[in-house]
Parts: sequence; structure tokens; C-alpha cells
Amino acid sequence: MSKNAVAVVGVGQTHHRSSRKDVSMAGLVREAAVEALEDAGMTWSDIDAVVVGKAPDMFEGVAMPELYLADALGAVGKPMLRVHTAGSVGGSTAIVAAKLVQAGVHERVLTVAYEKQSESNATWGLSVPMPFSPPLVAGAGGYFAPMIRAYMTRSGAPRESGHLVAVKDRLNAVRNPRAHLHMPEITLKMVEESWLLWDPLRYLDTCPSSDGAMAMVLGSEKVAAAAPNPVAWVHGMAMRSEPTMFARRDQINPQAGKDCAADVYRQAGISDPRRDLDCAEIYVPFSWYEPMWLENLGFCAEGDGWKLTAEGATAFDGDIPWNPSGGVLSSNPIGASGMIRFGEVAQQVRGAAGGHQVELKTGKALGHAYGGGSQFFAMWVVGAKKPE
Amino acid sequence: MRDVAVVSFSYSTIAKEQMRNEVEMLAPVITEAIDASGIARSDIGFTCSGSFDYLQGGPFSFVMGLDAVGAWPPIRESHVEMDGAWALYEAWIAIQTGEVDSALVYGFGKASQGNVHEIMSLQLDPYYVAPLWPSMVDLAALQARAYLDSSGLSERDLAEVVAQAMRSARDTPQAIRSGEPSIEELLAAPYVASPLRDADIFPTTDGVAAIVLAAGDLARSVNKRPAWIRGLDHRIEPHSLGARDLTRSESTALAAKHAGVASGPIDVAEVHAQFSHEVLILSEALGVDPSIVNPSGGPLAANGIMSAGLVRIGEVAQRIMDGTANRGVAHATSGPALQQNLVCVLEGE
Repeated sequence: MSKNAVAVVGVGQTHHRSSRKDVSMAGLVREAAVEALEDAGMTWSDIDAVVVGKAPDMFEGVAMPELYLADALGAVGKPMLRVHTAGSVGGSTAIVAAKLVQAGVHERVLTVAYEKQSESNATWGLSVPMPFSPPLVAGAGGYFAPMIRAYMTRSGAPRESGHLVAVKDRLNAVRNPRAHLHMPEITLKMVEESWLLWDPLRYLDTCPSSDGAMAMVLGSEKVAAAAPNPVAWVHGMAMRSEPTMFARRDQINPQAGKDCAADVYRQAGISDPRRDLDCAEIYVPFSWYEPMWLENLGFCAEGDGWKLTAEGATAFDGDIPWNPSGGVLSSNPIGASGMIRFGEVAQQVRGAAGGHQVELKTGKALGHAYGGGSQFFAMWVVGAKKPE
Repeated sequence: MRDVAVVSFSYSTIAKEQMRNEVEMLAPVITEAIDASGIARSDIGFTCSGSFDYLQGGPFSFVMGLDAVGAWPPIRESHVEMDGAWALYEAWIAIQTGEVDSALVYGFGKASQGNVHEIMSLQLDPYYVAPLWPSMVDLAALQARAYLDSSGLSERDLAEVVAQAMRSARDTPQAIRSGEPSIEELLAAPYVASPLRDADIFPTTDGVAAIVLAAGDLARSVNKRPAWIRGLDHRIEPHSLGARDLTRSESTALAAKHAGVASGPIDVAEVHAQFSHEVLILSEALGVDPSIVNPSGGPLAANGIMSAGLVRIGEVAQRIMDGTANRGVAHATSGPALQQNLVCVLEGE
């Protein structure tokens, strides 16, 4: 059975800020959704189904908030799904929405991911002490720092490797008016001298905590043909998960990430991602995850990721720009961060990325999200041309 | 659309599980469902689960849940913060894309770890309603009163619903409650929230459930009589209770229409009615006679939060697979006072 073609026909996102006190949760998601609908040349009544994603409900203190958001997102009388796959959720949500079109069940699906982190403290929301478990009380950074130190040992990467990413992504964000952090003055020295949080992670090596939302309208081939603006075609999408408590896991270079990338590259006809893609938006919440994921995603040999960063290959003017939008290091509404990656690459191949538009050669780009303790992965490759 | 069927089902419930965590409760049920499916664990194409962080009181309840599956080598997997019935919907979609031919679906939750009636208040509009802390029982009582007033039925009719559920539940090993209560006995009990008494309200239940789905020829090759999914649809209503007609379930009726409930005779119905009056509202919305509803006893007998909707699909599928029914309908709900509803039509060959 052949899958139906799926295209991104509309994209919308909020301005990401540390606190969007000007909007309620409903106002936040609606801001992104309205922009996506306008981009798609549609109104609420054109939408067949709504798929919502976000990270743990405890971040805002609202259980299953999609129930309350049904009215604001025009879902009344329609099917509404709520996806939650940890940090990868923004990507997983887009994939679930795209599958509704791919399966031929719906023609036009609105998908929205958000987080309004100012409603609570996300770092400690991630580390609730649980009965019969040793309290972690570390937040995400405390969890990932030992993985990063292990990566440094394995690869021999110098300590500045992460800081280079921290500078690069913040300079990219200056080109992106929606980004939370705008730090045109950032230097390597500033990063090196910022507070040490979890060795080797310094304050400026970490993502911010943001309020924000991302929305996309996904459509069938017929819908894409009628779209008022260029569309981004889905060339491949994949999800992979691996267990948490399992001795054979390699948390530094996870098998689930490798398998997910191999699957999505196979679908999209990518044999060398560095050559075959114009750019990538990759979930890098802590700077060191750029070199780590460069290796995990096959952009270079194992142990060489930090060299690509140091050479400038992933810079805005490099041969394979990573996170031209500024990435998670510049805007991080956790539940939306994955969908921002997926939506940003759609904007790139549509030629609609504005100030952070990269040069299009192959017309293909990779969006990536991961979550949990690197057990959960979601990826898609989008292209300017319809897949053959 | 591809033909997709339920090929195996397993579930367990307990009033208060004090020895095992969610993973330990899930592991045997998932293994039982996989073993009964005739499909090797390593051959299952997709896995999807439903759970609810607020029951566990921590973020990411599904993360550890996955450890009950044996996700190595890494698997195609997803999770909804919804009842397992919606996880089944996502799995059905994955099979419809043609990418996979089979799926494992599970739902789980330990409601006894907190006060589930109050926890569900956190589902309400966070600005205007949740701060008032109406419990899910309070809201159900408002709905029950509105329904009795509009229908002309009485609390005696609700007691009849409870008595039927308790009699039916005597044959269900997973039932937390069952028996032969008299109507007088039921009506003599004090109100929890008028017009609802304790027996009108689901018993707090820790529960897990697993279903294996398979497409077309694979389903036929592993199961003599698969329970084919002939229609599957779900719809949501406005969140505000004041914006809905609480005496009817419009989204159930709409989902039933799209799922094609009325296009053939229904032998059996299992509805996710957590309160007695909901059995009547849902029977009307589905167009089925209440006498064929919830032969298992339904959620008034056992209501594992996040698995009870999936269990409804399993209970209907099991009756089709064992030949005691030919065509049935299953229903799942989410949200305050039946805000969101899913309808699944199942049939034998």
C-alpha cells in the first residue's frame, strides 16, 4: 500500500519570551495557530482534525490541557489528539498529524505544540522526587552533564567545543526576530566566564526557559496544489524509542537515534546527510549536543563531531548549517521545541525563513527532536520538491 | 482503508496495588497479550500507550512504562496523554499508512495513589473553573441531575443501571465490585453528591490493559476469528459545561455516525460510563438498548484510569473473537462530563 503524500502548507509561531504575560495559554496557542492558518489560506472550519503536543502537564499545572484548549483551537466537533513523548514531543506531534494525512483519513490537519514555562519552574518540574527512587534533583542539565563528560573522554574534544556552539547558535538567533535570546554581543570569553552550572556546562551553554508555541497546517496532495504559498513536502519521517533501564544502552551515542536517522534517510533518499541536506534544525538544548548529535546522525565519523563545529562547517555560512534559527539554545518552550525544529526546516525549504534563510541547493532539510534521557527520537526530512 | 483487527487482549485491575509499580503491573499483561496474539514480540511494528502523569505525581509516567515492553533493539513508539483507546487510534492510523502491519497498544494508571476525583479537577479551565476545585463527581452529579430532570427518569432508574452492572460483573474476574444488590438497598445509601450515591460512581481502580492489532492477512493467519475494526472515530465538545447540553452526548453521537454504528445490528456494547447516568446518556447517543450495554459490568465494576476505555474495546473484541457476539460497539471518554468521546465498531468475519 502506497502512502499518501503530505505537505506543510502553513506555518506559524509565537515570539518566544521568558514570560508571555500578555496571553493566556489559549491565547498563546491561538497566536501560532492563526498565523499557520493564514499562511495556508484557510480558516478554522477548513480543518478536519487537531493534534496537540506538549511536555509534562506539570509545567503549567493543567492536566490534559488540550481539553480546555479545544475551543481556542477550533476543535469542537472534530477529532483532537494529544501527544506526549517527552522532549521529542514537538516532533512526534507533527509526525502523528502528518500520518493522519498520509493514512488518507484527513485532508487538512492543524498541529500545535506549546509550553508556557513561566507558569512554573521547569527545571525542578523535571525532577520531582518519586517514591522508591533515588531523588535526582538535577534538572535536565544535571542529568546530561555526565553524558557530556563521557563524550569528552571518548572523543578527546577540547573544552571549548561546546562554547563554540553556544556562540554560533546565539549569533544565528540575531537573524531570527522570533527567537527568545538576542545576544549580538556574545563572545567565546563570555561563555567561558559564565557561571559553571554542571561541569562542563556553563550558564551560556544551556537553553533558556521560554513561553512559546509552534503550529503547522499539514495537507494532502490536493490541498498542497491549492495552497497560496510554496509548500514543504514530507520526504520521510520516523520515531524510535529505547528502554530507560537497560545495561546495553549507549546514552552518549544512542542506538535509537542512529536507527531513526537511518530510517528517515532511507525514506528521503539521503546517503550522505552533510552533502544531501541544505541545513538541519537539531534539538541541541545543551551546547555539547551539537557535536554529539553530528556523530549520532551520521554527519561525520564517530569522534569527529567537535571538529566539524570547530571548522565552522555547521555555522550559518558553513557547508551544512545547523540551527540557523538559533535553535533550542536560543528559544526553548520545551513541548514546542521539537515542532519549532520541524517547522523551521519547512520554512527553509519553502524559502520563507526570512533573515535566517540558508541557500537552497538540494532543497532538503532535516528536523530533529529528542527527549527523556536520550531514549526518544523523532525526525523528518522535508523538501521543496514533491517526493518521487 | 486497510482491514485492521484486534487479535488479542489482556487486562488486570486491583482496587489498590501496594506491592507493584506500573512497570511491574504492565509487564505480565503485555506479555500475555503478545503471547496470545501469535505475533512475536520482535515482529510487532508499532507500539503506542496512554497514561497520565498526574496519577503518578511525576512527569513522564510513560518513560518507565516503556520498560515493560522490551524496546530493544529500539522500536517505533509513541504515547498519548489520553486513555489507551486513543493510543489504539494512533496505532490504527500507523497501520493505515501501510508502514507497519501490527501494533501493541497499552494503557495504565494507578489511581489509588491519590484522590482521583480531585486530581481530575486539574483538567478544568485553569483560569476560571479549576480554582474552584469542583471534583469530577460534583460535575457528574450536575450532569446526572440535568439528565434526570430532562428525561423524566428517577434515581430508581439509576439504581436499576447499577444493579444490572453489578449482576453482569459477577462473571468478570477483573471486577472490583459485583453482586446482586436490591434496588431498595441501593436507594437507601447516602448521597455522595445528589443524585449520585457511592454505587453510582466508579470504584477507584489501579489497572493496566494491552491489545495487539494486526492488519488483513496477518490477522487472519494468527487468529481464527479476529475482531475487525469496521469504524473508528472520536470527537470533542466545548470545554465549558455551560456551552454544552449536558443531558446528551453530542460528540458520541457524531463519532457513532462517522464510525457507522447504525449500519448493522449491534449484539454487544461496552461504554466508558464512569457514573450510572452516563450509561443511559451514552446508550441513547449510540442508539443501543441499555440491556445489551456493559456485559462485563463496565466501569461501575472496574475503572482503571487510562486503561478503562481501551478495556471497553477489548471486552467487545474478546466477545467477537470467542464467537459470543458478531458485531459490537465500544466507547471511550475523556474530559469533564463526557467532553471527548471515541467510538469503535468491531465485527467478526
